[in-house]
Amino acid sequence: MNATFRNWALDENPSSRRQAAWGNWYRIWLNLRGNPLGMIGLTIILIFIGIAIFAPLLASHDPAAQDLANRLAAPSALHWFGTDELGRDIYSRLLYGGRVTLGMVIAVVVLVAPIGLAIGCIAGYFGGIVDTILMRITDIFLAFPRLVLALAFVAALKPGVESAILAIALTAWPPYARMARAETLTVRGSDFIAAYRLTGGSSWRIIFRHIMPLCVPTLIVRVTLDMSSIIITAASLGFLGMGAQPPSPEWGAMIATAKRFIFEQWWVAAIPGIAIFFVSLAFNFLGDALRDVLDPKGN
Amino acid sequence: MLVDIQNLKIGFKSRTGFHQAVKGVSLKLGTEKLGIVGESGSGKSLTARALMKLLPTQTVIEADKLEFDGIDILSASEKQMRTIRGKRAGFILQDPKYSLNPVKTVGSQVAEAWRTHKGGSKRAALEAAINLLEMVKIRDPKKVAASYPHEVSGGMGQRVMIAMMLAPDPELLIADEPTSALDATVQAEILRLIEELVSERGMGLLLISHDLPLVSHFCDRVAVMYAGHVMEELKASDLLSAQHPYTRGLLNCMPSLMHPKERLPVLTRDPEWLK
Amino acid sequence: MNRRFKSLAATLSSVLLTLFGLTVLTFLIGRVMPVDPVIAAVGDNAPEDVILRVRAEMGLDQPIPVQFLHYLYQLAHGDFGMSVLTKNPVATDIVRFFPATFELATAALLLAALIGIPLGVWAAVRQGTFTDQAIRVVCLAGHSVPVFMLSLISLLIFYSWLDLAPGPGRQDIIFDGMIDTVTGILTIDTLIAGDFDAFKDALAHMAQPVIILAYFSMAYIARMTRAFMIDALKGEYVITARAKGLSLTKVIWGHAFPTVAVQLLTVMALTYAGLLEGAVVTETVFSWPGIGQYLTVSLMNADMNPVVGTTLLIGLIYVGLNLIADILYRVLDPRVQ
Repeated sequence: MNATFRNWALDENPSSRRQAAWGNWYRIWLNLRGNPLGMIGLTIILIFIGIAIFAPLLASHDPAAQDLANRLAAPSALHWFGTDELGRDIYSRLLYGGRVTLGMVIAVVVLVAPIGLAIGCIAGYFGGIVDTILMRITDIFLAFPRLVLALAFVAALKPGVESAILAIALTAWPPYARMARAETLTVRGSDFIAAYRLTGGSSWRIIFRHIMPLCVPTLIVRVTLDMSSIIITAASLGFLGMGAQPPSPEWGAMIATAKRFIFEQWWVAAIPGIAIFFVSLAFNFLGDALRDVLDPKGN
Repeated sequence: MLVDIQNLKIGFKSRTGFHQAVKGVSLKLGTEKLGIVGESGSGKSLTARALMKLLPTQTVIEADKLEFDGIDILSASEKQMRTIRGKRAGFILQDPKYSLNPVKTVGSQVAEAWRTHKGGSKRAALEAAINLLEMVKIRDPKKVAASYPHEVSGGMGQRVMIAMMLAPDPELLIADEPTSALDATVQAEILRLIEELVSERGMGLLLISHDLPLVSHFCDRVAVMYAGHVMEELKASDLLSAQHPYTRGLLNCMPSLMHPKERLPVLTRDPEWLK
Repeated sequence: MNRRFKSLAATLSSVLLTLFGLTVLTFLIGRVMPVDPVIAAVGDNAPEDVILRVRAEMGLDQPIPVQFLHYLYQLAHGDFGMSVLTKNPVATDIVRFFPATFELATAALLLAALIGIPLGVWAAVRQGTFTDQAIRVVCLAGHSVPVFMLSLISLLIFYSWLDLAPGPGRQDIIFDGMIDTVTGILTIDTLIAGDFDAFKDALAHMAQPVIILAYFSMAYIARMTRAFMIDALKGEYVITARAKGLSLTKVIWGHAFPTVAVQLLTVMALTYAGLLEGAVVTETVFSWPGIGQYLTVSLMNADMNPVVGTTLLIGLIYVGLNLIADILYRVLDPRVQ
């Protein structure tokens, strides 16, 4: 069964567009499989998504349930990772915190990718004054370090998860716009774009239906590599009290409240930190491997 | 015998498999001029680079004999190679736009070649460099010495290369397509310069090119390579009476003012040649 | 010469335009806050006429474009507004706090370059081998840890468990107020004052935050150096250098590296911006009195003027650094026509 799919996908002379597309993706998968770090990263990410989705099933306790008599307990058979300063089970909070993190990351990407792509492709396609203005705006946003600008935005809005998502999105879009513009510029003069124009395609149709999809592979690599930065920025905002607010089990916020106890009950702060580290590392591994596979010349 | 190569094989490992680029080449060179002619991919460049051990480390090099002046290259260490490279054998690359270091002045690069093997102060080396530039017939050598590679023409760049490689007074000069990146008008000049200097100094010359008439004009002997094999080896003067069908084919393909043809023949490749 | 001047002028005008855009952005941020600055200044229970008066005083009753011009005018005179928390002009606060951050960021950059560049070169030379992979993993790990996490763990291990490093803060309490402030950079000031104990103390306190920030940036510098060097080592001129009989060290550092050295300057400028960002969080953990801590404390208290002022400053520094890197690139690289 597997062998027949493999043979079909890797057929040197595909007979349909679908077969060729599947062949492409399968080849990419095979190349990726050869990269051990990338595979480790992918595995961790899948585990992360799994625990985020199945948190209610996997949790041992209610993440909000306080038990003040048992606060700051060390890891034990009852509480696998111990309890925090309000007696809540850290393991369960970690799982639910994964949900918050995953949610934030997805929300940011959903906001940032289309808007960044659109701006970049529009700038690249139309050129001229439109390009200059859009790129100037991009430059201005890029002039600030991500966290600093996000902090400033969150301060202007009300601190919270929604503000954090919006703030991170506002700081994350410029690189995608830049990248989309570069891709558009290389493609803009090609014959097939000219062909679309000659058959009466409007500029918007060309941009959205033909040029933007071309940027997707590079986008995927970029997004994967960016994930780690987004996760860390979200955690940093949480740590500074500007993102998810207590009692949310967001990992950065957990560390913020546990900061006071770092010297005695260090696991309360360390465990969410280790979680952040592993997930970020996984995305970095995967992104690196994807970059090797999809764009070996390096970007 | 400056160069003694017997049954040289060069191969590359890639993700898709193993590619044998040179499949058993044998050449000998004394204090004479040998030209290696072949099309792209024939393996002529690789053969020369293998002699100086300048190929990437993943390359698989085997041979019954690969010797420079009796020194076994195959088993030579990097350290040993460094006593050969530059000092005893020079290597000229094809395009001075890329083969000269773009962020260093031309003069400093020639001076470096001098100083590495002859020692002395930086100033003495720079003066020697200017003299060398004069020797390769560059007008206003002082000005050129202070210029950067992108500021000089292709022909001048190659003269610089020649000066740089001859600075340590080597016994052998390997020229890998030295004129392929130059204008037709400059090509003959550069080759004439190389020939002159090599003869003056009593050096051996290994000239690699795809230009058959050019090579035959400037060399004593010619070896014709195709697909990793040596098809034929003969004296340059005997070229027109070459036996091998590949060589004959090459000769026939050349456009000639003397015998103009309506259509140039297309070379038919016979897989029989590769046995 | 004339062409060079023209392109330089074009760059400068572009930079000015970007700076203008920076001010617009920070102005907009400052105006979108949910907390009414008037209420913040006079309190909830102030009478109506006081509110109206303060509003007029603050210029908040004017239309937005007028407010913006007012903002620009103030900026041009170095007036960043007042901090509600410290009751000082923000500009004064920034001048007071910036040297500490400068000390941290600059030391971290030097350390990061000192270690990161050779590491990147080494990884490029040994491309594909275990060494290269190992260095890659170390760099990726550096990117995967939030700086605040590293800081907390460092304090835990080196201060609490091993008692090797001093605790948070810039100097031990016994030295507080003993050193005259000349530059604001403690390491230099202590040397000027000739107080070696205070100097050692300042260094000891600096060690942790600097090393952490350096590790973070070193990862980026090493990765970029590696990428540049791999490209450079493919060049034909490297073969020429080897054919000349030069030693491997000379080929790598004397021929390949100089071609990428100028690009690394731009990388360093970008790194410095990242260091300022890292400083924001590190200073909070180590109680380091720099603009990073100033920013976060003001944030937590919804004190907008310092937030806007500091953000603008960091943006200005970044643009300035990029400009310097650009100019240096033009001046130093002979290939740039």
